[in-house]
Amino acid sequence: MNSQVYPEERIVITGIGLTAPNGNNLKEFRENLLAGKSGVKKFETRYVGEVLAGVCDFDALKYQKKKELRRGTRVGSISIYCCREAFNDSGIDFESIDRSRVGVYLGVTEHGNVETENEIYNISKYNYDTKFWSHHHNPRTVANNPAGEVTLNMKITGPHYTIGAACAAGNMGVIQGLQMLRLGEVDLALAGGVSESIHTFGIFASFKSEGALAEHEDPTKASRPFDKNRNGIVCAEGGGVYILERLSDAKRRGAKIYGEIVGYATNSDAFDFILPEPGRQAECMRLALKKANLMPRDINILNAHATATQLGDIQECKAIRDVFGEEEAVWINNTKSFIGHTMGAAGTLELAGNLPAFEDGLVHQTLNLDDLDPICYLKNIVSGQPKQLNRVDYIMNNSFGMFGINSVLIVKRYDN
Amino acid sequence: MNREEVRQAVVDILEDIAPDEDVSSIKDDISLREQMDLDSMDFLDIVMELRKRFNIEVPESDYQELVSMASCIKYLQPLLKDRQLAS
Repeated sequence: MNSQVYPEERIVITGIGLTAPNGNNLKEFRENLLAGKSGVKKFETRYVGEVLAGVCDFDALKYQKKKELRRGTRVGSISIYCCREAFNDSGIDFESIDRSRVGVYLGVTEHGNVETENEIYNISKYNYDTKFWSHHHNPRTVANNPAGEVTLNMKITGPHYTIGAACAAGNMGVIQGLQMLRLGEVDLALAGGVSESIHTFGIFASFKSEGALAEHEDPTKASRPFDKNRNGIVCAEGGGVYILERLSDAKRRGAKIYGEIVGYATNSDAFDFILPEPGRQAECMRLALKKANLMPRDINILNAHATATQLGDIQECKAIRDVFGEEEAVWINNTKSFIGHTMGAAGTLELAGNLPAFEDGLVHQTLNLDDLDPICYLKNIVSGQPKQLNRVDYIMNNSFGMFGINSVLIVKRYDN
Repeated sequence: MNREEVRQAVVDILEDIAPDEDVSSIKDDISLREQMDLDSMDFLDIVMELRKRFNIEVPESDYQELVSMASCIKYLQPLLKDRQLAS
């Protein structure tokens, strides 16, 4: 067993697999973000009826048999697709590596709601007789299910688990992967976040009861972070998984490097079940900057978490103003305006959509920002069209979640 | 149900729980597991589908009766003799 640790090793992203409501790989996703193409549509959900949602259309049978789909979960399928795609993208010969040295760390907002609702619906047709409750329920609902399905599909025998972290989960998956690489626990990490949340009616019903579910006659205009007329969240499904490696390993194999994770932080508001606390969010951004040894003005793109709820956006904007003030060089965008809130996938998916900026210098816009709410004022929100910068060196991604869980990642340009 | 209809009922179930398999070529006298990719969870699916579709309870002690198509038919035909195959 490898007992070496690598506390100072630089950790880089060398592969990306994703499915978003407007793209099933990074190229397609990026093109649609630059073209202003939304992925939000009308979606029928049990009991609640027609809602608006970000729905993915990746080919699940690309990497799974029909029986695997029948037995497993939607999020397991999303996870397998993203992990396989990430591996393909990395150029690593999957057959030649030691799969006991690969770790699977996937962030989830929640897990098991979809499957439990489905079973209750199933037995409702049998007068709620529990002898009709499926034996598949437990393997489908254990909290490690998404990552576990990946290990079965890809025959990975290293560690696997999910990180339950509300809507901060995508970034948390990456932080976990990075830490495990530095601890020498694995040589490759499949790290990121995944979500099947649009398949649980409960999430829509709960946001609706909270007055936080977006509505708009045009689905593509429903998700409106920072806009005066924002009226809530558009739920979405999706996944974003990165291959993380120690820089020395990546260089040795001549890997294409998307960027280096130079800063990360996570903390807790200790304030409220759902209402975010700007002070702790600002503190989380500062912690990440400190870890990266950067000043706020060093950040070129800040991808905001904003979900388009009334209060949530206001709170995050306070936190961003506190840290970044009137910095001229920091450009802010938001991905949920295109695809809705992909929950556990949000952090990695939204960051992935910005990583090509290291090459093309483009900051994708914030869609649907027609009338900026003055209380959401930030110095440089990119809207209307992409913003061309001369050079992008640092991208920061915010992802926050219920119970005041905050996570921030900073990725640095790496010149291959 | 006659013998053929019982066989068809089992084929219908197998088609659902093993959607990657070609169920049209199943040989009746060879065990299902030798011909198809079936594990213990799949057998529990067969039991569940018999319960759902025909209200038949197969006790654990009788699971071996479901080993091949021929044994399935032999076991199920008396239980399904008064039932219609759903169209």
